[in-house]
Amino acid sequence: MSMLNVENVHTFYGNIHALKGINLHIEQGEIVTLIGGNGAGKTTTLRTISGLLKPSEGNITLNGEDLIKYPAHEVVYKGVSMVPEGRGVFARMSVTENLEMGAYSQSDTGKLARNMERVFHLFPRLKERRAQLAGTLSGGEQQMLATGRALMAEPKLLLMDEPSMGLAPVLVELIFDIIQQINNEGVTILLVEQNALMALSIAHRGYVLQTGEIVLGDKAEQLRNDPTVQKAYLGIE
Amino acid sequence: MRTNLSERLLDLAVSVFMWGFRVLIVAVILIGTISTIQAGKYTSEQWIDFVVQGISQGSLYAMIALGYTMVYGILRMINFAHGDIFMTGAFGAYFLATWLNNTGFIDSNPLLGLLIPILFAMLVAAGIAMLVERIAYRPLRNAPRLVPLISAIGASFFLEYAFRGFFGPGVYAYPPINALDGEWQIFGIGIQKVQVVVAVSAAIMMAILYSIVMFTKVGKAMRAVSENKDTAALMGINVNSIIVSTFAIGAAMAGAAGVLNSLLFRQINFMIGFVPGIKAFTAAVLGGIGNIPGAMVGGLVLGIFESIGPSLFLEGLGIPRPYQLKDAIAYTMLVMILLFRPSGILGERLSTKKA
Repeated sequence: MSMLNVENVHTFYGNIHALKGINLHIEQGEIVTLIGGNGAGKTTTLRTISGLLKPSEGNITLNGEDLIKYPAHEVVYKGVSMVPEGRGVFARMSVTENLEMGAYSQSDTGKLARNMERVFHLFPRLKERRAQLAGTLSGGEQQMLATGRALMAEPKLLLMDEPSMGLAPVLVELIFDIIQQINNEGVTILLVEQNALMALSIAHRGYVLQTGEIVLGDKAEQLRNDPTVQKAYLGIE
Repeated sequence: MRTNLSERLLDLAVSVFMWGFRVLIVAVILIGTISTIQAGKYTSEQWIDFVVQGISQGSLYAMIALGYTMVYGILRMINFAHGDIFMTGAFGAYFLATWLNNTGFIDSNPLLGLLIPILFAMLVAAGIAMLVERIAYRPLRNAPRLVPLISAIGASFFLEYAFRGFFGPGVYAYPPINALDGEWQIFGIGIQKVQVVVAVSAAIMMAILYSIVMFTKVGKAMRAVSENKDTAALMGINVNSIIVSTFAIGAAMAGAAGVLNSLLFRQINFMIGFVPGIKAFTAAVLGGIGNIPGAMVGGLVLGIFESIGPSLFLEGLGIPRPYQLKDAIAYTMLVMILLFRPSGILGERLSTKKA
């Protein structure tokens, strides 16, 4: 049984039919990437899994349990965390407070302290800036904060929406290293990326999304060598 | 080219007018103040009295303003029924205090006789505010912004006339707390006990509220929801229940303010929430709407200006009954702040950039 199963999911954004029957599955311990152009429905897919959007049709199950019936704030308790697009840090709250919000679903304060140490260990920069307001951080630091904040909930499945967006190449590499490190610690990851080359270099498998439909799904290596993918998303003629 | 020129002329005319307006206001205040002080009609003790009155009245505005500002911070909506929530608190406390007074409890136990009605008023106000939120606002959460505003005005009228229906249009007198009669000598100045009690209670309650918002889990969740509801939900925060708590906490402050107001003025009626509600809204805008310390500062500034303004600069201009114009001062301040600094005293620049 797959960890996450998305079957024939249709989602509407107002009148826009954004997802037209998505099928995908993620196995425990994998990094799976979802690549595609602007408006292909990548973010919509993540928002549907995390419960922010409700599909009009289809099934989403996590370890066999129906996820659709839970509102977004309860999906977290099932072990799914999301790093939203554009980071979405709470700009007027301090770094520490942002991390505390990430642990909102955790009632054990001892665990909270331990998880915060773990995040500070992954991102020493955040420890230096912990009293600072998140809005004053640089883009890279905000991405670290958003990632760390999602980890505070001890997710089994981490949804990441464009972690490389707007970052300098050095930082992109750092973030991708961290993603692999998080994955090695046992967190399953669904990674949405426009930077398909980077995403396919760390992912085990990938799906290609085009105008609300999955047109390809394969091992990352296979996708990297696929001529249509190369042409459309990797900039290789 | 022509339209361009006429547009620029128009812009110029507008900015000249606005500057003229600023200069006029400053001139009125300066000339009035100077001639009042030269006339020397008031003693320094009287001035202190004005300021003390202003502080106690202003701290009530501040308490009510907190509810406006917190709800605005979270829903970007002006809860115009908030002044009437203040009224419901005063009514609740009135009935309990009258009963306590008849049993002789207030005389034998003045501190509890003050605290118990305050707590009860907070509960009543919070309960009614939660109902209003559920019935009048939540179904309109995703409607255009004008719609909940209209619904709020409807809720305001509903509360006013429901209370008139139940309790009549008459004026009720809040039972006297004898222990609060008279004056205390503070630094050699006689200050009415009731004003001290009102200002101190307000300060304590606001300190409690501020610590709740800054340091508790629910307070931090409120701030998170006010920044971004979707992201807050992704943290596991139940956005609806946080919104309800925000209404309840803001209303509890207004309910407590209703009791303190009854101690100061002793009169309770179905309309007592209307003017303080608008004044508190003014205070919230003055301090920067959405900003909690701003609401406190705005309330105090407004109370003090209202209290000393008429004698300080209106009387010097030879206006016959300057005290009648104290409301005009408040609303002039509202218009001025909206024209010249819409973000308020402590408000940040309202930017549209939202990540």
